[in-house]
Amino acid sequence: MRFYEFESRRIIELAGIPVTKYGFCKTAAEAREAAAEIGGPVVIKSQVLSGGRMKAGGVKFADSPEEAETHAADILELEINGHMPRGVLVDPKAEVKQEYYAGVVWDTTAKCPLMLFSDMGGIDIEQVAEEHPDHVGQGHLVSALVDPPEFRAKEVIAGAGVSGRALTRATPILTRLARLFRDYDMTLAEINPLAELADGSFVALDAHMEMENEAVGRHEQLLREHLEIAPDDTRETYEPSEFERNVAAIDAADHRGVIQGRDHGFTGNLGLVIGAGGGSLTLTDAVRSQGGKPANYSEIGGNPSVAKACGLAKQVLEKEGVEKIAVMMSIVSNTRVDIVARGVIKACLELGRDPAETIAIFRIPGAWEEEGFKILERYGVEYCDRSVSMWEAAGRAVEKIQGGAA
Amino acid sequence: MSILLSDDFTFIVQGITGREAVNLTRECLDYGSKIVGGVTPGRKGREVHGVPVFDTVAQAVENHGEEIDGSVVTVPPAFTKDAVFEAILNDIKLIVIVTERIPRGDVAEMVQLASLRGARIIGPNCLGLIAPGVGKMGGIGGPARDAAKAYAAGPVGVMSRSGGMTTEISSSLTQAGLGVSTAVSIGGDAIIGSTYAELMPYFEADDQTEAIVIYTEPGGRMEAELAEWMAENESRLPIVAFMAGKFMDDEEMKGMSFGHAGTIVEGKEDTATEKIARLESAGIRVVERIDEIPDAVKEKLGVTA
Repeated sequence: MRFYEFESRRIIELAGIPVTKYGFCKTAAEAREAAAEIGGPVVIKSQVLSGGRMKAGGVKFADSPEEAETHAADILELEINGHMPRGVLVDPKAEVKQEYYAGVVWDTTAKCPLMLFSDMGGIDIEQVAEEHPDHVGQGHLVSALVDPPEFRAKEVIAGAGVSGRALTRATPILTRLARLFRDYDMTLAEINPLAELADGSFVALDAHMEMENEAVGRHEQLLREHLEIAPDDTRETYEPSEFERNVAAIDAADHRGVIQGRDHGFTGNLGLVIGAGGGSLTLTDAVRSQGGKPANYSEIGGNPSVAKACGLAKQVLEKEGVEKIAVMMSIVSNTRVDIVARGVIKACLELGRDPAETIAIFRIPGAWEEEGFKILERYGVEYCDRSVSMWEAAGRAVEKIQGGAA
Repeated sequence: MSILLSDDFTFIVQGITGREAVNLTRECLDYGSKIVGGVTPGRKGREVHGVPVFDTVAQAVENHGEEIDGSVVTVPPAFTKDAVFEAILNDIKLIVIVTERIPRGDVAEMVQLASLRGARIIGPNCLGLIAPGVGKMGGIGGPARDAAKAYAAGPVGVMSRSGGMTTEISSSLTQAGLGVSTAVSIGGDAIIGSTYAELMPYFEADDQTEAIVIYTEPGGRMEAELAEWMAENESRLPIVAFMAGKFMDDEEMKGMSFGHAGTIVEGKEDTATEKIARLESAGIRVVERIDEIPDAVKEKLGVTA
């Protein structure tokens, strides 16, 4: 789950990391008030879940509350990379002496979080690591099992070549960042820039946090009470399509088995009723590599009911431009072949379509296959068992649909 | 031989009274595995397919009278870390975590405690492992009859990020007359207990294994880690790899997860194209099509097709 900047700031504030006195505003009038309260020059920043804000004109400076209001009005209307802002953040324009970077990420190979620190803040850390590796300090938390100790944060900061008061002041900040990363199951926690002001104090000027989706359920207090995020505000990277919403609703209506459907980025004529995780990836590639044009991606697993398999097949068949469907899976042991066969045939019949014409190929070997194949035979649907590979089955489906189109 | 499992290998099932656990207990017993107990708090005194149920792992160990080799953990995600800690601290050395949707912070803690206590974790989000003719631990391959059909004993070690594809690939090796030494469903999450590179030494030490097949996906650094392992070790084992999810390299698929939680392209290092290049530079044969695997293995083994 991705957080907006104003939420990320609130998270680090709760963890005891100093932030500037900022205001989150939903209207231009509120921005004017916030600027007046702050007094002096301010920055107006678009609150949008997308990078490249500065380049897109989503960050502007104002010397007066009136100017802040004008800029806020513009920014609130500005779409950035397909996303509209949730509001604007009004922040005092800080007198910055030096910008730093502080971050914590997962090192999945070491299976432990990694702390990063640099005295070249304000730019992308990957770029700094590439061009100035001596300006980046890094180190794993001592162990995933214990609270991150302060000495390791100190080592990381020293590793970036930082000493003196800057080191002693930044150490508790990086330590707290590492602790909140662990406490809140973050997959990313960054403060960039972390600013050293003219008086030597440190303050976070921008922050970026992401929480692991699997952990959202155990941080209700943070999400609902402190951040006031609605439970249905899932922060998908794109708006789900009608097909995706319908498939999700069918899945949610029945606890047996799991179905998923995606059509973001797919515009072909061959509907895919496929499974499970790895099988779906393999089959989607196999269709595309043989010149086929998938209309969607899907996953069937965990032994769904006839109604669920039927529901998915119907949604796929009703997508615009879909001519035929291919029903394919890797060898199944839990999901039953006969149930999926019944489901997809039912979908065809209910839509008034001939299963033999509509189902380009049925390739699901495994549990209850004899029963499944009998049903398919009755309706004249072409099917195959494990002696036909997933590649070949996909190829047969492509051949049928290309032949039909010609 | 086989890796990790043996004829006298014993294990328990944690969460044994759950629907899926009851099924996998039946399947494993039918396949000849030795399940010596099950654990579900509050259900002591019951039986699942003749397997005695206990409240704690310690009770199961006490009842068995000696150390238990393994545990299959099937408890819900919120309780998995605790169940795994309990297994590790009762000296269980091989733990298969079936449960999905466990936050990676929990997985990291489990893996670190396991390594401190000399235990190994397979998974989470996996179907377990099978050594044909020896035993199976987890739902891999399904009912004993189906597992026997897909898995014949042979010289190929299989490791896969997808549980279903472990069986699909093993079945094709069986059909081709090759067979499998041990097949491990390693799990589809971003952080897992045992990666390809971490399991390689076991296959390396196994007399039966003469070649390795891996099934891989975009996302993560596991393939890069294997390539590094290959560069640093003089392995006797040729490796054939298959990469699924090449369509995820398309620009509009960036940042989207498909199939498994760990299958998401976040940086340029974890795209399918980049991974294939890395594996190939380490001398690993990456096949384009899933059905090319058996012949590629035969070629590596010098067997005429």
